[in-house]
Amino acid sequence: MALELKGITKRFPGVVANDGVSLTVGSGEVVALLGENGAGKTTLMNILYGLYTQDEGTVSIDGQVLSLDSSSDAIAAGIGMVHQHFMLVPVFTVAENVVLGQEPTGLGGVIDRDEARKTVMDISERYNLRVDPDALVENISVGVEQRVEIIKVLNREARFVVFDEPTAVLTPQEVDEFFGIVEGLKADGKGIVFITHKLGEALRVADRIVVMRAGKVVAEVLPADVTTQDLADLMVGRSVDLQVDKVPAAPTDTVLTVRDFVVLDDRNVKAVDGVSFDVRAGEIVGIAGVQGNGQTELIEGLVGLRPVMSGQAHLGDIDITDFNPRQLHEREVSHIPEDRQGSGLVLDFTVAENMILDSYYQRPFSRGVRMDWDATFESAERLVEQYDVRTPGIHVPVSTLSGGNQQKVIVAREFDRDVKLVIASQPTRGIDVGSIEYIHNQIVAKRDAGAAVLVVSSELDEVLALADRVLVLFHGKIAGEFSPDADVTDIGLAMLGSAV
Amino acid sequence: MTEVMARDTSIEPVVVKTSVDQRRARIVGVILIVLAAIVLGVFAFGVTPEAQSTFNLSLPTDAIQGLSVTVNSRFFSGLMAVIIFVLGLDRMRGRNLGFTNGALGLGLLAFVLAFLTWAAADGSFSMVGMLRSTVISAVVITLGALTGLTCERSGVINIGIEGQLLTAAFVAVVLSSAFGTVVGVAGAMLIGAVLGALLAWLAIRFRVDQIIAGVVINILALGLTSFLASRVLSEAQDLNAPARIGSWRIPILADIPVIGPMFFDHTFFVYGTFLIVVALHFGFFRTRWGLRVRSVGEHPKAADTLGIDVLKTRYRTVISAGLIAGFGGAFLALAQISRFEENMTGGIGFIGLAAMIFGRWMPFGALAAGLVFGFSGALAQKVGILGTGIPSEFMLMLPYVATVIVVAGLVGQARPPAADGQPYIKQ
Amino acid sequence: MSEREPGRRVPEEAPTVESWVDRATGVGTSIGKSLMLPTLAVITALIIGGIIIALSDTDSLSILFSDPRTALRQMLSEVWASYRALFRGSIGSVYSISETLFAATPLLLAALGIALGFQAGLFNIGAQGQIIMGALLATYVGIYVTAPGFIHIPLTLLAGIVGGLIWGGIPGLLKARTGAHEVITTIMFNFIALFFIQWILTTPGLQDPGRNNPVSAALAETARLPKLFGSSYRVTIGFLIALAAVFAVHWLLYRSSLGFEMRAVGANPHAGKYAGMNVALVVTMAMAIAGGLAGMAGANQVMALDPYKASPALAGFVGFDAITVALLGRSNPIGVMWAAVLFGALSAGGREMQGAAQVPIDLVVVLQALIVIFVAAPGLIRVIWRIKGETTESQQVTSGWGA
Repeated sequence: MALELKGITKRFPGVVANDGVSLTVGSGEVVALLGENGAGKTTLMNILYGLYTQDEGTVSIDGQVLSLDSSSDAIAAGIGMVHQHFMLVPVFTVAENVVLGQEPTGLGGVIDRDEARKTVMDISERYNLRVDPDALVENISVGVEQRVEIIKVLNREARFVVFDEPTAVLTPQEVDEFFGIVEGLKADGKGIVFITHKLGEALRVADRIVVMRAGKVVAEVLPADVTTQDLADLMVGRSVDLQVDKVPAAPTDTVLTVRDFVVLDDRNVKAVDGVSFDVRAGEIVGIAGVQGNGQTELIEGLVGLRPVMSGQAHLGDIDITDFNPRQLHEREVSHIPEDRQGSGLVLDFTVAENMILDSYYQRPFSRGVRMDWDATFESAERLVEQYDVRTPGIHVPVSTLSGGNQQKVIVAREFDRDVKLVIASQPTRGIDVGSIEYIHNQIVAKRDAGAAVLVVSSELDEVLALADRVLVLFHGKIAGEFSPDADVTDIGLAMLGSAV
Repeated sequence: MTEVMARDTSIEPVVVKTSVDQRRARIVGVILIVLAAIVLGVFAFGVTPEAQSTFNLSLPTDAIQGLSVTVNSRFFSGLMAVIIFVLGLDRMRGRNLGFTNGALGLGLLAFVLAFLTWAAADGSFSMVGMLRSTVISAVVITLGALTGLTCERSGVINIGIEGQLLTAAFVAVVLSSAFGTVVGVAGAMLIGAVLGALLAWLAIRFRVDQIIAGVVINILALGLTSFLASRVLSEAQDLNAPARIGSWRIPILADIPVIGPMFFDHTFFVYGTFLIVVALHFGFFRTRWGLRVRSVGEHPKAADTLGIDVLKTRYRTVISAGLIAGFGGAFLALAQISRFEENMTGGIGFIGLAAMIFGRWMPFGALAAGLVFGFSGALAQKVGILGTGIPSEFMLMLPYVATVIVVAGLVGQARPPAADGQPYIKQ
Repeated sequence: MSEREPGRRVPEEAPTVESWVDRATGVGTSIGKSLMLPTLAVITALIIGGIIIALSDTDSLSILFSDPRTALRQMLSEVWASYRALFRGSIGSVYSISETLFAATPLLLAALGIALGFQAGLFNIGAQGQIIMGALLATYVGIYVTAPGFIHIPLTLLAGIVGGLIWGGIPGLLKARTGAHEVITTIMFNFIALFFIQWILTTPGLQDPGRNNPVSAALAETARLPKLFGSSYRVTIGFLIALAAVFAVHWLLYRSSLGFEMRAVGANPHAGKYAGMNVALVVTMAMAIAGGLAGMAGANQVMALDPYKASPALAGFVGFDAITVALLGRSNPIGVMWAAVLFGALSAGGREMQGAAQVPIDLVVVLQALIVIFVAAPGLIRVIWRIKGETTESQQVTSGWGA
């Protein structure tokens, strides 16, 4: 049995997301679909799952062409999907989530809860997934959530399973466990498509690797035939140099001192649990770690967006523990936030307005309470030029810009002033390679100009490329400090929570 | 503090009790102690030592007559003051934080009892009468809240309940006058559903801001019913004279003192309301229908990926919820007032909305909240009759002030459906 | 927030460049385009209103089957007579125009406040209560202060502003501090204000001596707004004050740093917080200023309206009509101005219609609701008139109960 996508083309206004893409996966086979962000992988899978309709091309199973107008069509055809952002209802139990849409019911549509529970237990035992059918999803860990998603797919008797970036939110140990599950599914004869942008994982788990770039399939290779470097070259279409050009750091005085920091997350759980570190002027400190180990809360605590339960932060001699964002701004702290569109920008505002989002009340942008738009526009024109923001003009809403250019607007706003400390959170998440390089260079330039820089990224490669010192965060604690030249295995172990 | 196990993959979240709950407990404690002081100073010592308060526990129509409780006013209020004070002290100590709301509720109950004792000093007060009108006043509020929560469980905010009630009241009066009660009630429910469909259409098809759509429906309903009332009803008076709906007295049960007149001697609307509460609770939490509606209101994308048609589900739910509002409008027009008057709902739909929030989007919660609001309304009426010197306007304000306090105090804790108010955009 | 792949950046999600908000940043709006939808909305509403008039004409309905031609002719002439009266009463003469502007004045003031709230992401349904409280305080000052007009009038207006400011500011503060949704609290504050005025107008000191219903004594002559076109026309300088408020609000929103904060917080409160804005303060300020504007409308109700007395009915439906005016004006002060004049015309004309054609003035409320439905759902107008274009763009100003 084989699932076949042939000549799939999907256009969005202004973009060809998929351009004549073909892909085949057979029973008991794992195919990795590799490509960087924006290469068109997710679009392709959404077509396969009936969420989008392709403009051209066909999807077929064993030569029989499918018409996939909705996810129910895909489910009926035996296609299952584990989405990157889990599709689970937090206030439902595991069993309710699993049976949703296919509820075992008795008279009058009453749900047979025992039957639902049994369904979960059966699948759980068969594939060794270990979940509690009665637990509320909002109370279980991310790794377990993923197993629930897998049970959902199996309960729908999927013959082909698509995993969209399944490891992004997992700890290294959970990743190992996950690959074990994939092996089990494969042995059971399922055909598996594994979407990822992580080269190592593709090499490790796949029987075949299909590489996509800019909406097209550029190569189809066997893992045995290629190296990581080969795959990286294929993915970005030119020799990638993950190294950032920079001279060795010349750190001077300590700028940021953090001691015994404790910050709670939204569920009142200690997400940052006694973290201490220093950042000196002229150095970049990188914080590595699997997503969800307290990075977000650490940064939000530092920049005044989340209350600090205990511990202190000092900027030079000033206690900034309880400072609000404006006080920090005025003390020459720059912050590139993790969630670009959610908190970094007002999407309905123009480029010019976003350029002054945090300094609008200062000269020259306003005098007293009166805004000086001429000065604002002048400055915006200059910044667009200087920071290479590709935009039709400064008066268009920033929402019309690409992710990379939106991020450049933020960088321009945050960097175009005297800066003592830069706090950059996921500075290049989800943007194109050109913009990534540009932003990396800007960050290094700030360091060389004497700023202290703290970079947080869940991409280990990014941290290693930028940082002069690497701290690993695990379960809200610092699990080790490394030089970027250290053995990656050691850093990996620290990210896994092993004592070094 | 608890150590997080480093190697455990399924970590139980360690919830740190924040100072927020403690602060709340302390604030509630202070409030209770102040209330205790008021009870003692005003209610206990505001009456003569020998004053007696009598609470009548039977109505003239009851099978068992002459039940009543008489207490010494000062003693009883003093006792209430002590209870409230102890509850307050207990809160100040900051233990057993889960009980804060319960303590507040009990304290307020004791306060109200003391207040009634004071108001009825040297006289008598029909306790059963007030409890009975509590239940009656609660009906529309509860039905409004049920309409709201049904819509919101599917992710559509319905602020147009007021308009649905008003239009349904109009239709009920006209159809009932012309064709009888059954047609009147059916027509009212139907028009409620039609306005629900309009809301759903605007909110889903055209993605109009749901709160705006609701507000516009209210204005449209007010304008249309007032227009038709003065253009048609004023000329055809016989269309504004529906038959009165009698009570269905349930044998035996209705003869139980207090409980009987409260719950078992009403029009079918009251029984219908209780039935809807039970049915909705069962429906939402036990059936396939409920699971799907809730999934659409919590995580529409997840529902969509499982083949549940989000938009269709929302249409169906909002339209069916309109039937409930229509039933409420019919009750208002046929059982409570028996004729149509311009703007006769007077904002009760919004009280229903507050009851929905107060009841935390749960059917039984809506009923409980409806009874609380109904009680404060009934209290205002009865106390006005007693002539305590408190301007009746202030008593009438009570439900609204209470709503503000409830909303300000509870929103942080009550959690609306996660996708409430958000249009679902399928690719 | 999910990661967004650049390849999937869907431009149609972006607001159109010719967005109706007249951006201070200089992006002009295409006048023809921005006027087309409201115009069609008004025309469509009038057509539906005509159908309602015809169908509620019981005399004609009773002979519809026996003599359909006469019935239809009667219906049409009824609609024609109604709308002719509507136009005559609103723009048919200097007197009508004066009536239109007179009715538009409080609407404009209150709607400016609501529009300001919309821009800050707040839905203030409490203009009604704010009008009442503003009027009460203005009445107090208008009765008890003795001063020459050039001091007394500004002072009385100021009292109105303060009354509304407080009544709008409290829900703002509650929203900022506890998250209590302003839609619920402002509605409750409307009722509280209504009961409050019913009570306080019966207390000695405010109550008109010799009356036993809640009506205040009349304001001093010096606190009454002078007429604009002489004593036979009702419109006062209140209209000019409202016009000045249009420009003040426009300046506040687009030329001041507070306005920048309000718009930023309204569009994305997270970004506002991140950028160092005091979101709680901005929310409270926006609600307070909105209340102050409604309070001014309240002051107008006692300072411009003969017999210059406060009563529980003084707000009429101004507070609710103002919501529709703000929506019709798409929250832009200039747009709100035109919308207020339109609604003033409907209201002035509606009275004439009721008098001359015996069609209840409540029809005006229906027309207003219909106009707003069509403006809020441009897609609906496009469907009805078969105009091409994106059918689903619409105005999202509120964000559920949580935010």
